[in-house]
Amino acid sequence: MTASKQTLEEILNLAAVHFKVPREKLTSDDDFFKTLGIDSLQALDLLTRLENHFHIELPDYELQGVSDFRTLAERIQARL
Amino acid sequence: MLNLDQYTCLGAALRDALDRWPNETCLIEADRDREKTRLTYSDFKEVALPLARALEDAGFSSGDRAAIIMTNQSKWLISAYAVFYRGGVLVPLDYKLTAGEHLQLLAHSKAQFLIVEYYLWRAITRSPEFKNHKLTKVLVTEAPLGADLAGAYRWEDFRRKGDPAFNPREREDVACIVYSSGTGGRPKGCVLTQENYLEQCKSLTALYPFWPGVQYLSILPTNHAIDFMVGFIGPFVCGACVVHLRTLRPEFVRDAFVRYKITYVALVPMILKNLERGLRGKFDELSAGKRFLLYRMIALNKSLTRKQPKVGVSRKLLSQVHREFGGELRAMFTGGAFVEPSTLQFFYDLGIPVANGYGLTEAGTSLTLNDLKPFRADTVGKPLPGVELRILNPDSEGIGEVAVHGKTVMSHYLDDPELTAQTIVDGWLVTGDLGRFDGNGHLQLFGRKKNMIVTEGGKNIYPEDIENVFDGLPVKEYCIFAANYLWPAKSLGREMLVLLLRLEQNQEFTDALKEEIVSRNRRLPDFKRVGGYLVYGKDFPRTASMKIKRNELAEDIRKVLGRAAVVEL
Repeated sequence: MTASKQTLEEILNLAAVHFKVPREKLTSDDDFFKTLGIDSLQALDLLTRLENHFHIELPDYELQGVSDFRTLAERIQARL
Repeated sequence: MLNLDQYTCLGAALRDALDRWPNETCLIEADRDREKTRLTYSDFKEVALPLARALEDAGFSSGDRAAIIMTNQSKWLISAYAVFYRGGVLVPLDYKLTAGEHLQLLAHSKAQFLIVEYYLWRAITRSPEFKNHKLTKVLVTEAPLGADLAGAYRWEDFRRKGDPAFNPREREDVACIVYSSGTGGRPKGCVLTQENYLEQCKSLTALYPFWPGVQYLSILPTNHAIDFMVGFIGPFVCGACVVHLRTLRPEFVRDAFVRYKITYVALVPMILKNLERGLRGKFDELSAGKRFLLYRMIALNKSLTRKQPKVGVSRKLLSQVHREFGGELRAMFTGGAFVEPSTLQFFYDLGIPVANGYGLTEAGTSLTLNDLKPFRADTVGKPLPGVELRILNPDSEGIGEVAVHGKTVMSHYLDDPELTAQTIVDGWLVTGDLGRFDGNGHLQLFGRKKNMIVTEGGKNIYPEDIENVFDGLPVKEYCIFAANYLWPAKSLGREMLVLLLRLEQNQEFTDALKEEIVSRNRRLPDFKRVGGYLVYGKDFPRTASMKIKRNELAEDIRKVLGRAAVVEL
């Protein structure tokens, strides 16, 4: 499933605000661990923010092996 | 607790535990703020025995191998007990590995049965290697209704009426095959006996006892040696309770401490650091007056607990901090990777001792552990009872390779006599870790002799295992080293992997090449990625069979290049 542009855009906006990174520095294929300078625990924290934003529940395993925004958006899109 | 000397196998000890404390709670499973499962020892028995009977009817018996791939949850322990009840050998695999890696280790372990969580099974069935699997029966937990299980059975339906036959095992029989690491080139399957586990459990619980009413929070993966012992075997043979969380988001972990009044928890250094950061942040938010008062209390607690922890005193002096952890926390266990002494000291000063230890899958959950008499942040403690440690070839500072002998040392590496012979020499397991004993018999660690790193998350990463990601990289040759192996730092910090490149004649290191490296690096899980690269000016020395002579190469690199030459990725 291809993530809608809007979902991807919302994720990028949210990540930028939450981790205080200029939005223009984030792109959909970025490795968010690297771009945001976060570890796996902080990535889980991001997942919680995304759950609240999209009003869905995302099991931790949805983040397993995912390190770019586009794939993350696809996982979220599948649950919307 | 049960007297483990009278048992020859884990199955028998666990079976007696279920009868000894029928009304005590043994398992709680929560998902976010919802409690999903709460089982007494008697309930546990009721759920596990029909599974054991179904395994029996499916032909599973003594010595047969069953793998488990699941996140931490009650079904993990129930399944493991059913396997032990039938005299089986458990192969606990890391759920964080990829599907291809799971299939590789399933094949290597020759597991006939697999008990697996649905989302992991789904990934396994989609893997190109799936068609070659040799599993005879697969049980899948929590599969959605109507899901295609590719021939597997639903765990929840896989049960039969009637008493299963209990198959006892001898102490020298194999209990588990645990992969310490290595999925790329050479899987390292540690064959651990019933005695290994019974003896580990005995010595650990002697130092940190469990009892009915203790609530252990299970966060580390249960396939990992530490959680398997202190999040399953240890609590069960003492009538204690294990709390599982289906999500490890920091906020739910923090809530769980309070909701379940956690007594013990085992953590990897990364989570410990995260807790420290959180607490320090909260301290900073206090008003100047309150902060001053808090630091006075911490100083007072520190002076009163200099010789040994005094739980009651600390809880009174620093009640607010202790309430954050539920008010019943007695100690946190950590190990598997380097922990900053300042972090250990931070928690100890708050009256929450961190029992820092040293262990490895091959030789026991814990070989040394801080006994807190008194607390030491700069060591990994003294050897546990029954564990003999020796420093091989010590240098002028007394630092040499740590070797271990004792009843907790594994039997061998599965199907790898060569590696076994290199690792266990005259009954002593050489660990590859550098250490020395201080005047008080405490072990201090100083880095690694072997080419590997241990991440803050407690994962062993062998460079050779991830080199294939760079296959076809447009350079003459390449290999990966652990930086601390190339340049021994006599320190366990600053661990990273370095990609060593030998360029073609007249080839230049271009941006395009860098991008290619970065892109390939991203295919690796974050904890396995290389941190930097290094361009080397000569051909790699190789054996007649074209294997890289790593020792020789490392020696030459040391001569011509320093750590500063590494370019970070």
